[in-house]
Amino acid sequence: MNVTRGFAGRPRVRNDGLPPGQYDARDDWPVLSAEVTPDLAPAQWTFTVDGLVAEERTWTWDEAHALPPSAYEGDIHCVTSWSKFGVRFAGVSLDAFLDLARPTAEATHAVAYSHTGYTTNLPLADLTGGRAWIVWEYGDRPLPAEHGGPARLIVPRLYFWKSAKWIAGIRLLDHDEPGFWEQNGYHHRGNPWEEQRYSGD
Amino acid sequence: MPPTTSSATASTTAPATRFAVPGRIAVSNRAAATWQCATLTEIRRETPHAATFRFAVPEWTGHLPGQHLMLRLRAEDGYVAQRHYSIASPPDDDGHVELTLDHIDGGEVSGWFHTVAKPGDEVELRGPLSGFFAWPGDRPALLIGAGSGVVPLMSMVRHHRARNLTVPLRLLVSARGPEELIYASEYGAETTAVFTRSAPEGVAVGRVAAAHVARLLADGPEGGWEAYVCGSNGFAEHASRLLVDAGQPVDRIRIERFG
Ligand SMILES: Cc1cc2nc3c(=O)[nH]c(=O)nc-3n(C[C@H](O)[C@H](O)[C@H](O)COP(=O)(O)OP(=O)(O)OC[C@H]3O[C@@H](n4cnc5c(N)ncnc54)[C@H](O)[C@@H]3O)c2cc1C
Repeated sequence: MNVTRGFAGRPRVRNDGLPPGQYDARDDWPVLSAEVTPDLAPAQWTFTVDGLVAEERTWTWDEAHALPPSAYEGDIHCVTSWSKFGVRFAGVSLDAFLDLARPTAEATHAVAYSHTGYTTNLPLADLTGGRAWIVWEYGDRPLPAEHGGPARLIVPRLYFWKSAKWIAGIRLLDHDEPGFWEQNGYHHRGNPWEEQRYSGD
Repeated sequence: MPPTTSSATASTTAPATRFAVPGRIAVSNRAAATWQCATLTEIRRETPHAATFRFAVPEWTGHLPGQHLMLRLRAEDGYVAQRHYSIASPPDDDGHVELTLDHIDGGEVSGWFHTVAKPGDEVELRGPLSGFFAWPGDRPALLIGAGSGVVPLMSMVRHHRARNLTVPLRLLVSARGPEELIYASEYGAETTAVFTRSAPEGVAVGRVAAAHVARLLADGPEGGWEAYVCGSNGFAEHASRLLVDAGQPVDRIRIERFG
């Protein structure tokens, strides 16, 4: 691509943590969701793991909070080009839920779905081994509703549309099945380091 | 040629819930993935803080009102800035697209457009993107926008007009004052403007309120509206809440948040 005449960009320090095409949003945390923010009280919230599992399970708010706590501290990247550094989310590792539901050998992919009906697909390998969390705190405070509170999935290695807000469950499948944005033209995996933004990238 | 309407999207395994709305159209994967060169041909001032940038894009495959694109600028040292912008122009604008950009204080991309860009400059863009906020012109549409959030909605109004569509269409648009109202001279009977800081003689100052929404819903077509809400996150939260409170089904509200 050609240089844009007269465009220098903002003065910046080199940042190796920034994937290609991203910028540092600093204190901003833009909100991007296509649906109305639901009014979902912790008492109404549940989280289910089903599909190709040995034991289908549903946790209430209190039951989920009784699992071993785990936090993610690091960076997040949104497909709209902003990245946010050094954020802290606290909740439970998704491994804790999956260990109890026990995915069967055929399970290769998952669809994460929200209490709103939003869906997003993920390879199972991106959800296990300390790569994904169900979180209810952001920076030691309850996660705000517009950012997915009371609880959301976070999969920080992928673009943030994979980190379903208002998470209701994970369904394990033996094939890949595109979710909401993936059916609307977004990439099936969404790895920020490979700039997998749209189908065909 | 614009993408065609498709009601059939791939089935999902998610349990049925009352919120989720499917996309309106299938998006071309190739267009979404390909960067193309766009030449700036014209700049039109809309308000003191917003201007419209017209581009010739010879390879443009068409879009539907409501869709957006991704635009990128590149610096000498290889640094790249990319941002999403809604398409302001209607589909029938052969080989051209128009964007309307707010001048954001300290904004990297909008700053370049407002202070450096001139006709003849080249930028790159890819799109159209997302079939979710698109409006093919088929269903009655209730459009609510604030500030530059009116941009994708104006594409719908222009499409409605250019094609002489008879399907009902209403626009509720909010601006700080008359001088900040983007596309002010283009609105017709379909539009209600609301001013939050200063208004013309005889017009009340205030936010988009329950009464506005109630009036539009009461005056709705049989079967109701498909609602499209666009603007800052704060505005989108406010307007979508009003719609829900007034009885608009959540699964018939589409929201585009500018961040
Ligand atoms: C789907 C979609 C459609 C959109 N459509 C439109 C549209 O039609 N029209 C429109 O005007 N906008 C639209 N937007 C918003 C647009 O994408 C940009 O966010 C907007 O133009 C600002 O970009 P910028 O580069 O000018 O500002 P940025 O450089 O991104 O800055 C944004 C703000 O953050 C501050 N900031 C951020 N980083 C720094 C830093 N390192 N140092 C100092 N300050 C900083 C800036 O001062 C500024 O206030 C849309 C967004 C989305 C997601």
